[in-house]
Amino acid sequence: MLDILKTDKTIRWAALAFLALALSGLVIDAWILNNLMFGLARGLAVLGLLVLWRTGLISFGHALYFGIGAYTVALLDTFAGVTDLVLRLGVAVAASAAIGFLLGFILRKYRGIFFAMLSLAFSMVLYGILVKIEALGSTDGFSVSATTIFGWKPETKFPLFCAIVATAVVAIVCVQFYLRTTLGHLTTAIRDNELRVEYLGYSVAKAIHIKYVISAALTGAAGAMLATALGQVDPDSMVNWTISGELVFITIMAGPGNVVAPFIGGIVFEFLRTYAFEWAPQAWQLIVGGALLAIIFFLPRGIWSIFEKLMARIKGSQG
Amino acid sequence: MNRMPALRVKDLCKSFAGITAARNINVEAGAGEIIGIIGANGAGKTVFVNMITGYLKPTSGTIEFFGKDITGIEPRDAAHVGVCRSFQVSQVFMSMTVRENLAIALAIARDDGRAMLKAPGRPEIRAEGERLMRQFTIFEHRDAVAGALSQGVRKLLDIAMAVVSNPKVLLLDEPTAGVSVEEKFAIMDIVIVAMKEKGATVLFVEHDMEIVERYVDRVLAFYQGEVICDAPPAEALKDPAVIEYVIGSGRAPTPTAAAGSPSHA
Ligand SMILES: Nc1ncnc2c1ncn2[C@@H]1O[C@H](COP(=O)(O)OP(=O)(O)O)[C@@H](O)[C@H]1O
Ligand SMILES: [Mg+2]
Repeated sequence: MLDILKTDKTIRWAALAFLALALSGLVIDAWILNNLMFGLARGLAVLGLLVLWRTGLISFGHALYFGIGAYTVALLDTFAGVTDLVLRLGVAVAASAAIGFLLGFILRKYRGIFFAMLSLAFSMVLYGILVKIEALGSTDGFSVSATTIFGWKPETKFPLFCAIVATAVVAIVCVQFYLRTTLGHLTTAIRDNELRVEYLGYSVAKAIHIKYVISAALTGAAGAMLATALGQVDPDSMVNWTISGELVFITIMAGPGNVVAPFIGGIVFEFLRTYAFEWAPQAWQLIVGGALLAIIFFLPRGIWSIFEKLMARIKGSQG
Repeated sequence: MNRMPALRVKDLCKSFAGITAARNINVEAGAGEIIGIIGANGAGKTVFVNMITGYLKPTSGTIEFFGKDITGIEPRDAAHVGVCRSFQVSQVFMSMTVRENLAIALAIARDDGRAMLKAPGRPEIRAEGERLMRQFTIFEHRDAVAGALSQGVRKLLDIAMAVVSNPKVLLLDEPTAGVSVEEKFAIMDIVIVAMKEKGATVLFVEHDMEIVERYVDRVLAFYQGEVICDAPPAEALKDPAVIEYVIGSGRAPTPTAAAGSPSHA
């Protein structure tokens, strides 16, 4: 089954690039390391959105799963003292996938703006609940204690950074595998012509449902990793609609071209925001928004298209 | 006849708010029969095809497929039992190449539960796709994106995709609409030969009486939601009611006129 990926160039290059990235963690400044962690964590969520986008579906409510992932980590920590990274990630992914599975029965019936807005509505329900209920941290949220990895408590952030890089690689491999299967190829088929897919004998609703659960699981993983890296969760920075918007923003900025693009997008976004905030604390949104506009105008298929052009040129000069 | 008919339609009715699009339709189609459906625009031909393939639920009446009740079946289940169709407008994956279109279609048709986790480009699918592309004479277009194909080639791709699961009953809604006269016969030759080889029953909606005469065993003539004639073509095309309500209704020429004017489209 996995022989689908044997000849996959993306996976090979991504593995090498991410290995180099992990090693760079030994020498770079702490703030850069932090930004990379945040960027990669967001990239996981953006990968989740990409899986939907390829079918023509955009969710304006993915902060729902981001929040479920993050709050799973916080609640496990606060009420059960769970600090183990694998456990945190595993439970967060399972919880997001389970909620995604349930909501999927409703969402799989909708397309376009209805899908987007219904997703938003569900995310705002979670936001409302979190803000209102004291036991769930209310508007203050929770602080999250430092993570352990199989009982070992690392002194620096480097091991966590490596774990996030590794998670990104695993996610890339899984999504690439999915996209290479017949089920994954239905992604474009459904965008092109749902009627034909039904008459070929496959349920479009089922295909979208599966896709939605994959997307939810990835975004849950993103929330869990960001909560762990930040050491803090609260409704406004994890579940609010602005977070959903941010994820869509990065998705468009990164482009749908490749499964690695979301991580590049996430990292670029994180640094863009840091610098914009430094230069213009009052107007950083303006700079970030302007950057997105520029990308939409000059690179309609996102940052990834720079790599596409580069690779085409390399191929051209070789042949 | 002691053999079970491939399709048995009993008292089929369909009404939309106010209008009756199908009225007491009773039709049987034997295995391997080629049937032409004729009728003016709005006569109810598409509604009939839509009901048999699960796109529309009948208001009343039943549809049996080799004795099994398939009334109101879901479209994807129709494909599984062996009832496939094409649409008046080609339904292909416009952004994919001809090869990819067929690969996806074949991969779904060969799905045994686990096949969805395999690549659609695997060798057995490739080989079958190539065979189909050659049979439907679209092999030379294999790497062209479907959206860029000519009407005729796209129709052929559309029909090839409709037959990947080896249907026992194939319904084609105006397979030659919007296609040049020369291409019309080429398309029908390919499709009818392919289906006869498999012993499948074919029902196709057609406006060109020359095509009807040449290929079908039987004609079903529709008028205002009713079947007004069910007979072999030689008989049906001479039927006064058919001449008045179908052939005389504008879109199709009389057989004699058509024979003299091959430029008719
Ligand atoms: N979904 C629908 N809703 C309402 N009326 C319909 C619908 N589909 C078909 N009709 C009506 O049913 C009649 C038969 O249509 P149709 O079967 O498409 O004709 P044709 O013989 O040209 O294929 C027409 O009067 C048409 O307007
Ligand atoms: Mg019609």
